[in-house]
Amino acid sequence: MFPIENYHYATSVEDAVQHLAAYEGTKILAGGTDVLVRLHEGKSGYGHLIDINGLDELKTISMDESGTIFIGSRATFTEIITNDIISRNVPMLAQSLLTIGGPQVRNTGTMGGNICNGAVSADSACAALVYEFDLQIQGTEGERRESIHGFHTGPGRTILQQGDLLKSFVIRPENYTDFKASYIKYAMRGAMDIATIGCGAAIKMHGEEVETFKLAFTVAAPTPIRCPTAEKTMKGAVISEESLKRLADAVAADVKPRTSWRASKEFRLHIIRTLAKKVTRQAVDNQGGTC
Amino acid sequence: MQTRNINLTINGKKYELVVDVRQSLLELLRERGYTSVKQGCGVGECGACTVLVDNVAVDSCLYLAVWADNTTIRTAEGECRDGKLSPVQEAYMEAGAVQCGFCTPGLIMATTAFVEENKGKTLSRQEMKKAHAGNLCRCTGYQTIINAAEEALKK
Repeated sequence: MFPIENYHYATSVEDAVQHLAAYEGTKILAGGTDVLVRLHEGKSGYGHLIDINGLDELKTISMDESGTIFIGSRATFTEIITNDIISRNVPMLAQSLLTIGGPQVRNTGTMGGNICNGAVSADSACAALVYEFDLQIQGTEGERRESIHGFHTGPGRTILQQGDLLKSFVIRPENYTDFKASYIKYAMRGAMDIATIGCGAAIKMHGEEVETFKLAFTVAAPTPIRCPTAEKTMKGAVISEESLKRLADAVAADVKPRTSWRASKEFRLHIIRTLAKKVTRQAVDNQGGTC
Repeated sequence: MQTRNINLTINGKKYELVVDVRQSLLELLRERGYTSVKQGCGVGECGACTVLVDNVAVDSCLYLAVWADNTTIRTAEGECRDGKLSPVQEAYMEAGAVQCGFCTPGLIMATTAFVEENKGKTLSRQEMKKAHAGNLCRCTGYQTIINAAEEALKK
């Protein structure tokens, strides 16, 4: 038995928001691959739950006429990975999600949970940052749209307030059209592991020159981050050993890695510099995976 | 105690149950005698509790029993019909992919989901390993398990 003290099975988004706002400290239960693990471990603060597993409207993945993609917060990793809209338009998102856990975890875990739990290592975060996701949130005051930029405020922390429920992720066409992208997860094992460093890049070429370049990291700072200094060095550049070396040198100014039992700060910085180059080459070749 | 009424089918048998909202699907299944479903780690790392919910492999230890409402559950004991093993079970036996057996029911279900999804496809051993990455086995060294998956895919 999970030590659940108070449980509400939400019947609608509004019902979930009302119950979330009514009791401080209430947590949302979606796929359960994080929350139920915390409960199993006896961690405090997870006793009051709003279960949103009855809200099927939060599972939809769709695209409108303008090319804007909507991904419901409750869509599982597997549902996103195997969706045609995703594999045709934002394949690097599917590539990133394939590095999460194992099949069983991907079959139940949701991207809403991956982003909203504020994990510094979230494997969907690099894709969210380079494809510039917007987040459609229902709160007590009504619906609003927030950018992924600034959404994470610290380890395990986000801008979400008590009573907020993420409904969907929104990807605008200008943020994926003509971009090639890739993600590399550096971890000790090829599966069932948490990233030591995660790195994603999206690149739009104009002939031989880089027109737009976006680089993101997880576990390289207290939140998932973009790298403005490194990105600037690639503007107008031709992909070469020299330009990639400049990129690797510049990226140190954007990151703030720390020492943990997984890896030392120095080793993390080495991985960051190496992955910045590698993921950029892979983005151009449009490949990627774990390493 | 908070409860919910659920309807579900387990290995072809229909149930109407009142379940405690705190209960996992693993607990529900074992209480009703489906003891092929093993509790290993309890946190979704070992896969010993793998069952199929509407043909999708999940860790039943991280799955609330109430979520099984209106679903069809398959466990390893239900794969054997009229005394005849399923093609996957048969392949495990032929490949010698069972030693102590604790992980086997979960692995059988992971392979079953994998085979049903990829019927007729030619896949690399690496792809087969990835499809079984959510299951731990401390005896076999995995080679015989992948051999079994390879053979089952051909059946």
